[in-house]
Parts: sequence; structure tokens; C-alpha cells
Amino acid sequence: MTVDHATRVPTSNSTLRALGNAWRSFALLRESKIAMVGCGVISFWIVVALLAPVLAPFPPNAQVVPFQAPFAAAPDGGIFLLGTDQLGRDILSRVMWGARTVLFFAPIATFSAYVVGIVMGLAAGYLGGWVDDVLSRVSDIILSFPVLVLYIIIIATIGASGINIVIAVTFASAPGVMRIVRGLVLDLRTRNYVAAAQTRGESPWYIMLVEILPNARGPLIVDACLRVGYVIITIGVLGFLGLGLPPPDPDWGGMINEARALALAFPHMTVIPCIAISSLVLGFNLLADGIREVSLHD
Amino acid sequence: MLVFIGRRFALMVLTMVIVSLLLFILLELQPGSVATKVLGPYSSEEQRQLWLEANGYLRPLWIRYLDWLGGIVTGDFGESVRFKAPVSDVLWPRLWNTAVLAFWTFAILIPLSLTLGVLAGMREGSVLDRAISITSIITTSIPEFASAVFLSAIFVFALGILPGTSGMTDGFDPLQLILPAMVLILYDVGYVTRMTRASMAEVMMTPYIRTAVLKGLPFNRVVIRHALRNALIAPFTVIMLQVNWLLSGVIVVEFFFAYKGFGGLLLEASLNQDIFLIEACTMVAVFVAVSTQTIADIGYTYLNPRIRLA
Repeated sequence: MTVDHATRVPTSNSTLRALGNAWRSFALLRESKIAMVGCGVISFWIVVALLAPVLAPFPPNAQVVPFQAPFAAAPDGGIFLLGTDQLGRDILSRVMWGARTVLFFAPIATFSAYVVGIVMGLAAGYLGGWVDDVLSRVSDIILSFPVLVLYIIIIATIGASGINIVIAVTFASAPGVMRIVRGLVLDLRTRNYVAAAQTRGESPWYIMLVEILPNARGPLIVDACLRVGYVIITIGVLGFLGLGLPPPDPDWGGMINEARALALAFPHMTVIPCIAISSLVLGFNLLADGIREVSLHD
Repeated sequence: MLVFIGRRFALMVLTMVIVSLLLFILLELQPGSVATKVLGPYSSEEQRQLWLEANGYLRPLWIRYLDWLGGIVTGDFGESVRFKAPVSDVLWPRLWNTAVLAFWTFAILIPLSLTLGVLAGMREGSVLDRAISITSIITTSIPEFASAVFLSAIFVFALGILPGTSGMTDGFDPLQLILPAMVLILYDVGYVTRMTRASMAEVMMTPYIRTAVLKGLPFNRVVIRHALRNALIAPFTVIMLQVNWLLSGVIVVEFFFAYKGFGGLLLEASLNQDIFLIEACTMVAVFVAVSTQTIADIGYTYLNPRIRLA
């Protein structure tokens, strides 16, 4: 493994090779039933989100007949498969459109947290010294906050919107990513291929990004899956507390918040979005567990 | 050991000071916005100016900060705008209610998750292990608000055996504590179980356990007398760190069940821009989080002699 990477110089067909590697990893992953179930659930929601405009029987914000139970007949001859909410909007359609919201913001927020966390972690682990001291201290302080308190204060201060949720998630999650990356870098920086690159006179950032980062990917992929799941929960919690994306556009957490007062009379209004969000999180957690299992077998 | 504890405490105090500084800068950097939040958006410019003068907001930032910090340390948090009462009068009863909820949550969570974790970890890969592991992935995947919805749908809507809100309007009622505690336990039990399982599985692989098994000791005796002691070191830290997670869960649960606790208070303060109440609640939350982390660190070092001098 080490020797392989030391001798390998990035070539023009490196993208092809990366694709080949990805395919081989996927083939490995197929051995894990858990990972496949996770993949299946995630793919299901991705397809629903992509095809929401085609699949959804009603426009997500159209107010038809309020308080309909699941399988009630709609006035135009259709069926409210999952019922309607207090404003008469079709819940199935809103859940489908809501999948778009969550599958758009959760990966973006996670990615943004990863970019910041990876840069911080690489710098702290590889450069060491005062850079490490400052970055580690800062992330210790952010991590010492109870995380939801941090979200509530940030969102209550800067306001609730999609971009602000991404900012808040980045701020709160990047330190966790940084800790993992830093730990991995501290181990990897002593390898021979890093010494070789240093001897060739490569710049520190070239070494960090090209030599060290690709070899730290294993644990990071597992962590990323868990973190996407957690960010989905966070977006849901913020919506549930009334700090999420502004209405009326469908958002799973927001749907639960709006129907909360009526939950005891019409449980389907809150139970259905809760099933949606729990299943999606479960998908990511199962995938993470499967990847970890497979990588331990190697 | 004493030096280590001293250093941990110094670090804890330092963290608290930095957090307080950041919080103060975030919320009180501009005196004008403080006056607006306290007096309301319809107050006149003149009223605000008078208020600023009367409350010492025309002094330099760092003097104001030191004055504020002094107040926090001595328990004087200022006046809540929303409740029209001193923050401390509102804060302490709420904190007590949350402590009651947290006590019962931990009293059930700890024995339950340790037992499940040990049972799963002592025979890695067994049917019982698989069942417990899968169940714990599923329960950790269900966010607190979702399990609150599911459990209310079952126990309140379908079965009608538990109250759906926990406002405790007619005095303390233990029945109203059941659903909030169940939600918190359900979310946390999976994580603590998995950590215990991992720790137990690791210990079961060590040579001294193999020796104990090979010399013919009954399996139960190996687990109870030899493995448990070492296997429970890591979960101790995990459980202490759960306090931090619990604080987040408490906000959701108290909001959902209208339980009059600390988490609900923090949320209410933030949504209403009740500035001094936000500050007090945040400082209390960070204090609880940082002190449990410190206890976890010290306890871990104490329990594990191998790293005591590191």
C-alpha cells in the first residue's frame, strides 16, 4: 500500500484509475448486506427527490381539502394516499418535494464542513507548532458547546435560511472533522512517501493535499456518511423547532412543526414526515456501518 | 495526579472565560441593539439613550464585559425581558425540573445500555450481538422529535394510557415524566450500547481473557470477574459525554412535551431575543458540558492506571 503510493506519480489517466478504484470499492461493498440495504434506502429517496415533479400527484403547496385521512378520495377523482394536512395540502406530494430540500442542503452543508475541517486538520497535523495549538484550542472550545445550543444561538442571531443553515452546520461540524483529519495526518506524515515528496522539494500544501489526504480517505468516508445522517437530523430538528427553512416550501422538519399542535387528533400529519426522515438517516447510518465492516475485513 | 487535575480545572476555567467573551461580543457588542432588544422595537431613540446611560452601557466594552462577568460569577444574570423577573428566579426552578428528567433518564439509560453492550460484546458475531447491534443502529437513526411523535402516536393516540403533554400544571406528576424520559433513553441507548459493545469486544480479544478461558474458568466468571472491569472504562467516558448530547435532546423533548425545563427555557429565550436569559442559559449549558468533560477526563485517568502519568 505504502510502496504503491510512493512510486505512483499522478498521471493523465488518473481519473480513469479513480473510477476503476471506485468500482472495485463498490464491488467490495456488495458483500455487506447492511451497506446494500443502506444504499437501497438512500437511492430510493434520491430517485423520489429527482422525480418529485413527475411522481407527486398534487402541487406541494396547493390547498385542496384539509384534514383528510390517508386513502381519502380527492375532489377531482384522485386519492390522497397519505392524507392532507391542516391547510389541505397533499402530504405525499409534500414529502416527495421535501426530499429535494433535505437532499440538497444536507450534502452541501456536510461538504462545506468537510472542506473547512480538512484544511484545518491538514494544517494542524502537518504544520504543527502554533498553527496546531491555535486550531486545536479553537475547535476544543466550539466542541465544548452542546451542539443544539450552538445552532439555536447562531440561527436565532443570523436568521433562518438555507445558506445560514449551511453556515451554522459548517461552523459546528468542521471542528469534529478537523480532529479526525489531524489524528490521521499525525500518523501519515511519518510515512516514507511523505519523506520522498519532501526530498523532491514539493510544497507543504502539495504534500498535504496530494500525498496525505488520499491516504486518509477510508475513515473519512465512514465519518462523512454518519455526518450526512446527522446533518439531516439537524436540519429536521431546526425545522421542528421553527428555526428551519421558511414556509411554505415543504421541509420535513417544518411539516412536523406545523402539524404538531394537531398531532393527537391527526397523527398521520406528523408520523409520515418522521418516518421519511428516520428512514433516510437510517440509510446513511447503515451504509456507514457497512463500509466500516468491509474496510475492517481487508 | 494533582497537577493533572489542577491543569484540567485551569483549562476548564479558561474555556469558560473564552466562551463568555465570545458570547458577550456576539450579543452585546453594540449597546444600541441591546437597548432595542430590552425596550422593544417601538421604543423611542430617547428612551434607549436613557436606558443605556442608566445601565452603564456608555462605558468601554472591556469594562462592561468585566462587570457582566462579575455578575455571572456571583449569580446575578440581570433581568429577563420576557418574564419580567430576575433571570435567576426563572432559571433555577427550570434547571431543577430538567435535573429531575435527566436523573430518571440516566437511572434507566446506564444499566440498560451497559447490560445490552456487555451481552452483545461478550460473544462477538453471535445472533444476540447482531440483533442488539442492528436495533441500536435503528434507534440512533430516529431523531428525538421523530421518536417523540411515534411514541405519542402509540401511547397517547392509539392506547390512550399516557398524557400527551408534560406541563405539570397541577403539580408534579410522575406519569408525565415517562414519555420525555423514554424519548431521551431511546435515542441515547443505541450509542452507549455500541460503545460498550466495542469496548467489551476488544477486551474479550486480549490474551489475559484467552488465558482465563483456556484454563477452564466458567464463561460467566470470566466475563464478570475479569472482563467487565476493563470493559467499563471506555463507556464511563462515553456516558459522561452523553450529558452534552442530552442537553440537545432535552431542548427538543421539552419543546415537544411542553415540559417546563431548562431546554425549553433556552429555546424560548432565543426565539424571543431575551438577551440576558440567553446569556445565562448558554453559560449554564456550557458550564455543564465543560465540567462533565473534565470529570470524564479525570475519571478516565483515574480508572485506567496505564495512562495515569501520561
